[in-house]
Amino acid sequence: MAKIKLDNIRHSYFPNPQNEDDFALKRVHFDWVDGGAYALLGPSGCGKTTLLNIISGLLEPSHGKLVFDDLDVTALSPSERNIAQVFQFPVIYDTMSVYDNLAFPLRNRGVAEPLIDKKVREISAMLEIDDLLQKKAAGLSPDNKQKISLGRGLVREDVNVIMFDEPLTVIDPHLKWKLRSKLKELHQKVKTTMIYVTHDQTEALTFADQVVVMNFGQVLQVGTPDDLFNRPEHTFVGHFIGSPGMNVLPAAVEQGSIVVAGEKVEVASEILDIGTAKLEIGVRPEYVRISESGICAKVINVMDVGRHKVVETLVEGVKVCVVAEEAMPELPEEIFLSFDPQQTRLYADGWLVDVAYGDKE
Amino acid sequence: MKTENPRAWFLVLPVILLVAFNALIPLMTVVNYSVQETFGNNVFFWQGVDWFEQVLHSERFHAALGRQFMFTGIILAIEIPLGVAIALAMPRKGIWVPVCLILMSLPLLIPWNVVGAMWNIFTLPDIGLMGYGLNSIGIDYNMTQSVTAAWVTLIIMDVWHWTSLVVLLAYAGLVSIPDAYYQAAEIDGASKWSVFRFIQLPKMKQVLMLAVLLRFMDSFMIYTEPFVLTGGGPGNSTTLLSIDLVKVALGQFDLGPAAAMSLIYFAITLLVSWVFYTLMTKDQKD
Repeated sequence: MAKIKLDNIRHSYFPNPQNEDDFALKRVHFDWVDGGAYALLGPSGCGKTTLLNIISGLLEPSHGKLVFDDLDVTALSPSERNIAQVFQFPVIYDTMSVYDNLAFPLRNRGVAEPLIDKKVREISAMLEIDDLLQKKAAGLSPDNKQKISLGRGLVREDVNVIMFDEPLTVIDPHLKWKLRSKLKELHQKVKTTMIYVTHDQTEALTFADQVVVMNFGQVLQVGTPDDLFNRPEHTFVGHFIGSPGMNVLPAAVEQGSIVVAGEKVEVASEILDIGTAKLEIGVRPEYVRISESGICAKVINVMDVGRHKVVETLVEGVKVCVVAEEAMPELPEEIFLSFDPQQTRLYADGWLVDVAYGDKE
Repeated sequence: MKTENPRAWFLVLPVILLVAFNALIPLMTVVNYSVQETFGNNVFFWQGVDWFEQVLHSERFHAALGRQFMFTGIILAIEIPLGVAIALAMPRKGIWVPVCLILMSLPLLIPWNVVGAMWNIFTLPDIGLMGYGLNSIGIDYNMTQSVTAAWVTLIIMDVWHWTSLVVLLAYAGLVSIPDAYYQAAEIDGASKWSVFRFIQLPKMKQVLMLAVLLRFMDSFMIYTEPFVLTGGGPGNSTTLLSIDLVKVALGQFDLGPAAAMSLIYFAITLLVSWVFYTLMTKDQKD
C-alpha cells in the first residue's frame, strides 16, 4: 500500500508535440491518499485510460514523475511497481483452473507453495468463489471471470494499488450492483488504494470516496460525490454529473452585478475582476423555480421522469431545464424563471470564479 | 395442420445432381472397378474383394504407405513449430506487417508443378545453384543417386512451399489476442515462456488445429511436386502413395487393383483426419 503522487505528469502520443492539443494529458498534478477508494470519471477520450496506463507502467509519461510513497517509479516496469489491474474484458488464463489462475502471480514471483495455498484460499473465500477453485477458468460466466482477474490482484499481499478499467462493461445489469457492492466491501476489508475508471457517473459515485473528474486531458475536479453535485468547479463537471446536468447560461457584468438575458441575477460567487474571460452562470435544474417574474423562458417540452417532472425551456436560444417537484397546472408558452442565489455560481472560461481562478492557466 | 410439401424436394434437386456428378458417380465408378477384372474390350468379370486383399497384403503398398506416413510426419513436425516461431517473430503493428504478409504468401501462389520444376533445376549438380554450390564445397549431393539427398530435397521443398500457410494461420490467431492479455501477464510477472504457454498457445489452438488438419490432408495426398522433382526415385525411394497409385492405374493399367488402392487410400485419409479432429476438439466439449 502506498501513497501515489502524480508529479506534473504530461503525456503526448506524438514524438514531438507542437502545442497543447497534441497532449493527451495536459498536466496532472495530484496525490492519491493511501488506502483511498477513488473513481476516475470522464467521457471517452478524456485521457483517463492514458493516466491509468501511466500509473500501471504500461505507458511512460513524456514529462513528469510518478512517485509511490518516496520511491520514484516512473521508469519501472509494471511487475516491478507491484500493482494490480482489472481490465474492461475479463483476462483469465483459459487453460488453467481457477486455483492456478489465482496462484499464477505468486508462482511467477517464486513464493513457496504452502503460502500460495493459504493466500489462494483466503482470497477465494473473500470473493466467494471457493466452490469454483478446481474448475477450468474458461467456462465461467463473465462476472466470475472478473472476480478471478480481481483475485489475481488481491492475492499478492503488498500491492500498491488496484486499478479497475471499466470492469463492469461485460457484466449483466442485475449482477453489476452485486459486484459493485462486493468491490466496496473488499475495499473496506483490504484497505488497498483502489482506482476505478469509468464513464458511468452512478458507478463512480457509488464506489468512490473521492471522485476525480477528467476531461480535455486534465483533472477538472477532485471531490466527494456531494462536492461534485453541489459545488462543481468547472461547467463540464456540472454538466456531466447529475441528470439532467447543470444549466449553463452566458452572463455579463454590468455595474458590479451579474446580468443574464437582460435580468439581474444574484450569485453565490464573489464577483472579482475577471478581465476578458468568457462569463457564464451555472445552476442545477433542482434550484430553478418557475415564478411570477424573472428571466423569460419559452417552454419546449415537459418530461415526466416518475419522481418529478423536468421542464425544458429555452432562454435566448440556450436550453434550461427545471425540475418541478409539485404537480403543475398547464404551463403557458412563456414562463418566468428564478434561480436560487445560494446555488447559482459564476464561471469564467469554464472555471468556477471563486476557486483560485487564475491558477488554472 | 400439415405444413410438409413434397414439392420442396425439387429445391434440393440441383444440389443432389451436383453432388452426384462430382462425387457420388465418380466414386461409385471406382467402387465398380475395384470389384471386377477386365481384359479390355469393355468386358468385366466379377472379382469380389480379391483386389482389396491383394493390395492390403502387397509389400509394395506397405512400403508406399510407410513412406507416405514418414513424409507427412516429418513435414508436420517441421512446419508446425517453424510456422508458429515465424508468426511469433513477425511484427504485429506498423508498416512491416503488409510486407511480411505478402512475402509469406508468395510461395503459396506458385503453381505446384512450377514448385517441383524450380527445385528440380535448383538442385541439379551441374547447373543448379544449390546442387552446384553443395558439390563445389565438397558435399556429394545428387538427387538422382542418393536416397538421402532426394528425401532432404523433398522435405525442404515442402517446408518452403507450405510453412507460410501455417505462419499465416498462426499469425491470424496471434493478432486476435487483445492487448489486455499481454498487459495482465506483465502485471502478473509472467515470463516470456509463460506468456507463450498460457496465452498465445491456447489462443492459437483453434487455428493450429486447422493448420495441422490442412497440412495433414494436403501432404498425405501430395502428388505433383514430388512427381516433378524426383519422379518417385531414385528407385522407389520417394514413391509416395499417390505416385504409386498413378503408376498402377496409368502405367500398368491395372484398373482393379488401382481402384481398390484408391478406396483404401481414401479411407485412410478420412480415418486419420477424423482421429485428428476428434482428438483436437475433445476438450472443447467439457
